[in-house]
Amino acid sequence: MRLLQFVIWVIISYLFFKLPGILMGKPIPSSLILMYMFFAVVMILLVMTSTEKSTRELLAPIKSMLEDPSKKLIRNVVFVIVPIVAGVITYEQIKPTYEAPVELRSTHPAPPSTIKIYGKTYDLLALENPYRKYEKEDPEKFKELVREGGEVYFKHCFYCHGDKLDGKGHYGQGFNPLPLPFQGKDTIAQLQESYVFWRIATGGPGLPKESTPWLSAMPIWEDFITEEEIWKVILFIYDYTGNVPRSWE
Amino acid sequence: MQPILRSKRALLLLALTGLVVLFMLMVPAGDGYVLHRTDGLVYAGGGGGGGSEAVSSEGAEAGKVEYPPAPKLKESDYPTISGINSRVFVWLVAQLHLWFAAFVLAVPIFVFIIEAIGMATKDERYDKMAYEFIKVSITAYSITAIFGGLLAISLMVFYPDFMKYLTLIFGDSFIWYALIFFAESACLYIYYYGWNAMKHGFRKWMHLTIGFLLNGVGTTLMLFANAWVTFMMSPEGVDASGVFGGNMWEAIHNHLWNPINLHRFIANVAYGGSVVGAYAAYKFLSATTEEEKAHYDWMGYTANFIAIAALLPLPFAGYWLTAEIYAYSQQMGITLMGGVFAWLFIVQAVLIGALFLSANYYLWCGMERSEGAYRYTPYIKYIGFVIVVCFLVWFTPHTMILTPSELKALGGQYHPILGPLGIMPAKNTAVNIMIIFTFLSFLLYRRANKIPTVSWASFGNGVQIGIFTAAMVNIMILGVYYGYFTNTVYKVASSVPQVVATLMVIVAGVVIDVFMYRGAKEVGPLKWGKMPERSQYALFLLAVSFTWLMGLMGFIRSAIRQHWHVYTVMRDNSVDAFTPTIGYAAKVVSVGTIIFMAIVIFIFWLSHLSGKKQTEYQR
Ligand code: HEC
Ligand code: HEM
Repeated sequence: MRLLQFVIWVIISYLFFKLPGILMGKPIPSSLILMYMFFAVVMILLVMTSTEKSTRELLAPIKSMLEDPSKKLIRNVVFVIVPIVAGVITYEQIKPTYEAPVELRSTHPAPPSTIKIYGKTYDLLALENPYRKYEKEDPEKFKELVREGGEVYFKHCFYCHGDKLDGKGHYGQGFNPLPLPFQGKDTIAQLQESYVFWRIATGGPGLPKESTPWLSAMPIWEDFITEEEIWKVILFIYDYTGNVPRSWE
Repeated sequence: MQPILRSKRALLLLALTGLVVLFMLMVPAGDGYVLHRTDGLVYAGGGGGGGSEAVSSEGAEAGKVEYPPAPKLKESDYPTISGINSRVFVWLVAQLHLWFAAFVLAVPIFVFIIEAIGMATKDERYDKMAYEFIKVSITAYSITAIFGGLLAISLMVFYPDFMKYLTLIFGDSFIWYALIFFAESACLYIYYYGWNAMKHGFRKWMHLTIGFLLNGVGTTLMLFANAWVTFMMSPEGVDASGVFGGNMWEAIHNHLWNPINLHRFIANVAYGGSVVGAYAAYKFLSATTEEEKAHYDWMGYTANFIAIAALLPLPFAGYWLTAEIYAYSQQMGITLMGGVFAWLFIVQAVLIGALFLSANYYLWCGMERSEGAYRYTPYIKYIGFVIVVCFLVWFTPHTMILTPSELKALGGQYHPILGPLGIMPAKNTAVNIMIIFTFLSFLLYRRANKIPTVSWASFGNGVQIGIFTAAMVNIMILGVYYGYFTNTVYKVASSVPQVVATLMVIVAGVVIDVFMYRGAKEVGPLKWGKMPERSQYALFLLAVSFTWLMGLMGFIRSAIRQHWHVYTVMRDNSVDAFTPTIGYAAKVVSVGTIIFMAIVIFIFWLSHLSGKKQTEYQR
């Protein structure tokens, strides 16, 4: 029974995509499951129709259901069920819900090429962390700078970004969007230091339009700490998490 | 009557060849002299020919030209024609020009190769097929030229100041472009119309040489166009305010020129293959006799082969291009991959996946042509499984589209399992494996009808399996270990050995196979034409996805400049300087795709028509 096989495979793939999310309590986004399922089904169909024989076997039950006079009852049942299913799906899609609409918010938007902070204009394309060079030249001094950066962090940042730098600070959970973690390979590990400098100095209100509709609660640190402190805290957040800033050589 | 006609044609051929030769002689001489133009747009220096408004007195004294900075435009500087949205108009015309150009540049490349194969194997069929391929591209060639002209005119009408600025820098190359275009036309027409006149002996060699020239000229043409496009993205040879330093070569040889040259060259071949594949499918489906069916089946197979062969290296060229974009400007790079366009890249990934799926499916269906294939059909499901898994990884986005309740449950836009799949190392790994398995499909297809007779066949098989496994393990380790447990420098660096591993598999696989199946027994004659019709739709899908993909990427390429005509140098201050929404862009590209496909089908139909003769009684 090819058709049955097909149905079973579709169900298996659905569970494969759905279950991990349920088990972990971290749901796989439904938009993604939809795409996954689409291509899984397409692939199953492609494999099953790749030879003439299996194509015929796959289609035979459907054909006989449609054409065989003795299958009148099944045919009628199917012809009732299919429109009903279609109706239910349509209804589910268009019925009003209370959820806010899905937003294509961009967490890491493109930075401007220059920014104006501390009364100066910075060229973000060429900007580098002035302290980074000590990592090789003077490791002792570098350590000291990282320590100072840590102080900045625990004075200003950990309320939101967490004492483990995992984005789970005790104030953090009240915000939307949530503060970002620095652990892991998703955030600062993907960015150049000049980018991080821009994000810290201009904060949520400095985000461009792609990151709306909600500007984040990240404060405009330019108003509270010095340029040197920002560079130091950047050293700290990379050092603590073991991440290395993105670079291209 | 007859001899005169013939000698006339010979004369024509001679004249055209002369033109080409003349042109070829002119190229090296090009550096030596300056073209003086009187249109007042470009100011050639030296003796003070040309226009002179922009030549400041000191500049002229030093024998040097001083160029003005890039103009700062106002909204009113952009002419409008009511009822026409100038951006969409130029966008569509440019894209249509690009599609046709890609196609007509690509076809001669593989026609040349097929012709050479035909000469080497002395197999008439190759020659016939090559001729038919080029026939399809002839009509497309004139359409390319029409859209090219339309593009030039519409750019000058709607963006005159921008064009003036470009002309200031690239004026000389515009003239060259026109000349090369003539040379290309000459070569193409001689190549096509001379096909049957130069069929044997020395003449055939001459014909092949013209084919070679045709490709050389065509590629040069593309290099010029690429220079203008990439100059707009990564301007060089001008200072920050757009003052041109006088060296056109610097402006041509800008940062993104070569990456785009490579990516376009390969993509064009793949694209050309897919379009002639659609042609073959069209003819296959409308074939009435068995011979016709067999012929077009074979043609479709060859076209698909070309498309796949060029498709396999394409992701690598794509990654190089992306890496160079990042390297040129972090801002542009992030706009491309991290910002709004990230969502378009998901669509890109889906389309590329669709290409891989249809190409594989076509190969699987093709196994039906041989009787020995049943030995390999059981493997199809495993290949399919691996490819689909890789494909899902490949398009898993880094930042998810989440409903608010999902967002809450996740506690952020990044998902603990899916997040790691969203970044480059995972995608590199997936793409490499996908390529290896597509290659495997091809290998199985090749073997379907053969039984090796060499004594070391099972040993050879073992080696091949060994190489496959080793490469897979290698790619996985590189991807997982270096991708996730080290920093970005290694991450980027690790993609190189991955590519090497993939290439190794392909090269070693082919080499071993060729030796192993030397003098192999055939299971039965290959039944060309015994192909299910659904496989032909896979060929169509290939062409349509390709067209759409190319339109989409063309949009992205141009949109990552954001509100700049020339990035960071000349601002776009027209009303249309904003970035359109994804949905809007997708719609424009779709409309373009439909127009293109409609014209292409018309071309197919024309070639059908030209083969028909009305007989008396049909009247
Ligand atoms: C009021 C809470 C709050 C405080 C305090 C705070 N942040 Fe943030 N931070 C946020 C939020 C919210 C975001 C943005 C999340 C988003 O846009 O999705 C953010 C984003 C960032 C980012 C961008 C990360 C990325 O991957 O783009 C960096 C870097 C950052 N914060 C560093 C700091 C530093 C350094 C400090 C201390 C000087 C600090 N933050 C203090 C809430 C906070
Ligand atoms: C895998 C990573 C890839 C990336 C990041 C990438 C990126 C890009 C970019 C930025 C462009 C615009 C440049 C231009 O218009 O010339 C482009 C063009 C294009 N890409 Fe890719 N690409 C990738 C892979 C592929 C693959 C696998 C295909 C084919 C199946 C492909 C097909 C094309 C085509 C057809 C164009 C248009 C070429 C042209 O304008 O002449 N790309 N790509």
